[in-house]
Amino acid sequence: MEVRVQNIRKEFGRFPALDDVSLNIRSGELIALLGPSGSGKTTLLRLVAGLESPTDGTIFFGDEDASQKTVQERNIGFVFQHYALFRHMTVLDNVAFGLKVRPANRRPPAADIRKRALDLIDLVQLSGLEKRYPAQLSGGQRQRVALARAMAVEPNVLLLDEPFGALDAQVRKELRRWLREIHDRTGHTTIFVTHDQEEALELADRVVVMSKGTIEQVGTPDEIYDHPVSPFVYGFIGQSNALAVTLANGEIWFEDRPIGLRAPTEPDGPATLYFRPHDIELIDGCGGCLAGLVTASRRVAGTRHLELDLGRNHPHAEIELPPERTTTQDRARVAFRPTKWKLFRDEKAGNEVPSADVEAEAPVQPFELARTGT
Amino acid sequence: MSPDLATAAHHVRAATSESRFARLSLIAAALAFVALFLLLPLAAVFTEALRKGPAEFLSALGDAETFSAIRLTLIVAAIAVPLNLVFGVAAAWAIAKFEFIGKAFLTTLIDLPFSVSPVISGLVFVLLFGSHSLIGPWLQSHGIQILFAVPGLVLATVFVTFPFVARELIPLMQEQGTSDEEAALSLGASGWQTFWHVTLPNIKWGLLYGVLLCNARAMGEFGAVSVVSGHIRGQTNTMPLQVEILYNEYNFVAAFAVATLLALLALVTLVLKTALELRYSAEIAASRRH
Repeated sequence: MEVRVQNIRKEFGRFPALDDVSLNIRSGELIALLGPSGSGKTTLLRLVAGLESPTDGTIFFGDEDASQKTVQERNIGFVFQHYALFRHMTVLDNVAFGLKVRPANRRPPAADIRKRALDLIDLVQLSGLEKRYPAQLSGGQRQRVALARAMAVEPNVLLLDEPFGALDAQVRKELRRWLREIHDRTGHTTIFVTHDQEEALELADRVVVMSKGTIEQVGTPDEIYDHPVSPFVYGFIGQSNALAVTLANGEIWFEDRPIGLRAPTEPDGPATLYFRPHDIELIDGCGGCLAGLVTASRRVAGTRHLELDLGRNHPHAEIELPPERTTTQDRARVAFRPTKWKLFRDEKAGNEVPSADVEAEAPVQPFELARTGT
Repeated sequence: MSPDLATAAHHVRAATSESRFARLSLIAAALAFVALFLLLPLAAVFTEALRKGPAEFLSALGDAETFSAIRLTLIVAAIAVPLNLVFGVAAAWAIAKFEFIGKAFLTTLIDLPFSVSPVISGLVFVLLFGSHSLIGPWLQSHGIQILFAVPGLVLATVFVTFPFVARELIPLMQEQGTSDEEAALSLGASGWQTFWHVTLPNIKWGLLYGVLLCNARAMGEFGAVSVVSGHIRGQTNTMPLQVEILYNEYNFVAAFAVATLLALLALVTLVLKTALELRYSAEIAASRRH
């Protein structure tokens, strides 16, 4: 079912957890709400579920206004971060709970309930464990019981709060792939919350990046990674470098020299240059480049990471090179130029600490250029 | 023993362990204390009661006034314990699952009966309902008897035993949080269904503990009940009060005979509690952690 969130605002006391958030979720989509803690992603999920009520705004399920309905009437499936399985019930009773508590006129016969619950237990690959109690299951198994229980009520939309947060890395990876399979097979509209970008980018059809109660960007994993629309997204998703630069006559200057990048339509003034560590090329002679001294070199899996000290005020940048590059001795000088980059007009929002007013300061037409000359 | 061996022996013992001597003397001290202050008095109660033989013991229990005291104690407990069961669950629910102004104050208030002397608790009701109080004359003119009657006894008992159920449940419910309830609601369960099928099973062992302790105290309460009872023989004397009266009349066998009943109540409570713990230890542990 299609879910539309319109101009939702939510305040806890005087603290605004969500500020004018709108989002359209297509039917059958698997969508991730991604953001650091305190970004409002869980609040948004709980608002869609009906576990919280919005201060302002409307939520539509299809064409129906769901915001006036209670959580029971919305018919959603919610998987809680710590599963919230009923500990005194067996796996079978847990999964059947949503059907058993229906009023008599909508409740299937007991035999049907049992069959449906067993089918779901089979779907989540827990056949044979239906008589176990939650305490007798591993974390991954509990997670799957929670999912089966949520799906038993044939929900309009499936909501998962940090579904893999409490699991160790190996199980997490397996369950991720498995959740994608289940989703493709059952076709439920699914929203999940995560702070793990890898999880969001790998699993979701579309990713909603949130920060400080607002939506920064909505897009496919490719769009989010390759075309971030704000400094926050640039900094939050993947690795990135942020350098304070100056524009003069369409040329980008770093400290006292042009670096060989042009932004001809930009007015003069300060800006911040963003680029990813792997989107660079090394240059031999430096007739317009960034150059710095190597301060640290780390081998990370298939690449070599170099940390550079870029000059007078010692701003740091990190670049990635193929591991066979040997210009890695300490204090060696490396000259390079970003091949893909983006310019944001703001007051020096560092990539670790995005400034609060990033959204308000609409970035001037961020654009990317292939490199221009040498 | 060489220094090397000495350090080796030293290493064998776990860091938190003590020498044999220290362990034995600690255990002996604890056992001596228990024997002196718990077992000895208990034994004394039974020997005094049976000093003149079982026949005397039984006839003392068969006395009409004693019988009425037993009946009254059971009636008071039968009213006070269910009331506190409901109050306790409601208060614990409110404190553990909701945020509201004055929550800290309410939590402190629940503990009040523990910190106030029972005699004062009784006096409060005398001041409230006595003939010189504000509502005393009104009650009298309408023929409602609260002091020196069953209602007063029940009120005093409810007041004194109020914290037991709530105290047992609040930490348990706080630890369990609200996500189980949210899960049930999200699956379409109504408020009552959620309470019966999810909340109540989650707290049942804690609740049972609370009720057991509450009941033991309700039947054994002396101070508060003594103030509001009026000591009318055969009418407003509960078992503890009856023990005092008999003792003051030098009727030691009868006094200790009634006391054995109270002691037995304590023992039964203890045995029940232990039996529950043994039988359901796994489940109790599971309902305490997540």
